[in-house]
Amino acid sequence: MQMKRVIPCLDVDAGRVVKGTNFVDIRDAGDPVELAARYELAGADELVFLDITATHEDRGTVAALARRTADDVFIPFTIGGGIRSLEDAQAVLDAGADKVSVNSAALARPELIRELAAQFGSQCVVVAIDARRNTAGAAGWEAFSGGGRHATGRDVLQWATEVEKLGAGELLLTSMDRDGTKDGYDLELLAAVSSGTRIPLIASGGAGEPRHLAEALEAGADAVLCASIFHFGAYTVGDVKQYLTDRGILVRPLSA
Amino acid sequence: MSAQICIVDYGVGNRRSVEKAIHKVGGKPVISSEPDVMAAADGLVLPGVGAFPSAMERIEALGLDDAIASAVRRGAPILGTCLGMQLLFDRSTEHGGARGLGLIKGEVVALDAPGAKLPHIGWSEVEWSGNSELTSGLGESASFYHVHSYVTVPADPAAVIGWSDYGTRFASVVEQSNIYGVQFHPEKSSANGLRMLANFCAICDEAAR
Repeated sequence: MQMKRVIPCLDVDAGRVVKGTNFVDIRDAGDPVELAARYELAGADELVFLDITATHEDRGTVAALARRTADDVFIPFTIGGGIRSLEDAQAVLDAGADKVSVNSAALARPELIRELAAQFGSQCVVVAIDARRNTAGAAGWEAFSGGGRHATGRDVLQWATEVEKLGAGELLLTSMDRDGTKDGYDLELLAAVSSGTRIPLIASGGAGEPRHLAEALEAGADAVLCASIFHFGAYTVGDVKQYLTDRGILVRPLSA
Repeated sequence: MSAQICIVDYGVGNRRSVEKAIHKVGGKPVISSEPDVMAAADGLVLPGVGAFPSAMERIEALGLDDAIASAVRRGAPILGTCLGMQLLFDRSTEHGGARGLGLIKGEVVALDAPGAKLPHIGWSEVEWSGNSELTSGLGESASFYHVHSYVTVPADPAAVIGWSDYGTRFASVVEQSNIYGVQFHPEKSSANGLRMLANFCAICDEAAR
């Protein structure tokens, strides 16, 4: 049986974590590598680093981050934010990242997904989709680019199907409506995308308590991305996994 | 423990992670595509991600197939991980099919997991069958990080020392004298993976004595 995954997300700006858990007695809460190692010990199944600087000058900083993380962290990690080309992806994968996540660059030029998959294998390619529920009576969701700033006119379900065909290995689906609300994931969105695609689905946006994670996994997500639920110290990875286990959801046990 | 482990370099992505993990458990990793380095190593790790046919093409173009075969003949332990495990077999059906290294009898076929999503990405429990030094200290089963869409079907079931389950049960650890293969990524499987790599380094140490 497949275990569902719990994936903490760390926002990184110019090589420093700007949103991450302040673990007790941590030396440097802004050091991505120290935080990542703590999360591994705490039982995280994978990690995502989201580079929010994502400028051209920042590319070297991100590769250095991947390199240092790979030195000390022995769970898979993904780098997202600012990956626009095969060269960008090559730099962080060579440094030791396991996957790259692309969003705006793929919306601007969908062929990028096919090229990344051909070069590195589908398992390296996560396509992130920022989805906003249509208003004014229209059903469905629209994909946004530029960190949620630009409407693309693309229907999320169609886009998800297309990126799967282009060779994406996983989908990272964020509900813009729920992001930051702590009201729970957009379960309708997750169920719709999960039933329309065959690649693993990572849910993102809206988690405020362990119950929300369980609901997302039950709605069809294969993994849950968590930011504020851990960052503000309300719950540990252990708390969350205990809750999921008690609810009958299979997750990787904390020890052994 | 100070076994010198050659991580066979044929241009795939995850060499560095394997190097760091072996270093972490006290082995001496060296990434190389030089037959001389492979001949001098106490053991080999054959890593791999991506597609089977293009990996085999690169290995043959670099003459690494002969170097690997000769290391195996002199008794050096070899550990294939993920695609590296699959390459140990006779052939694969991936992308129209290709011949493998032929060190273990059997073939590589698409993972048939009814109702499950593909690729198989994530942690799965591996159940050991039989005793092996490779799985020593890892209980009766342990979780490892898997990423793959194809699986090996060994001709000799006795070669299988670990099974995973993803909609269907498949061989995820094989052992045949000094040849070992794991379908998952030990270098990304936290404490369990490091334990397995430490076991492999110990096997290489012993073989070198």
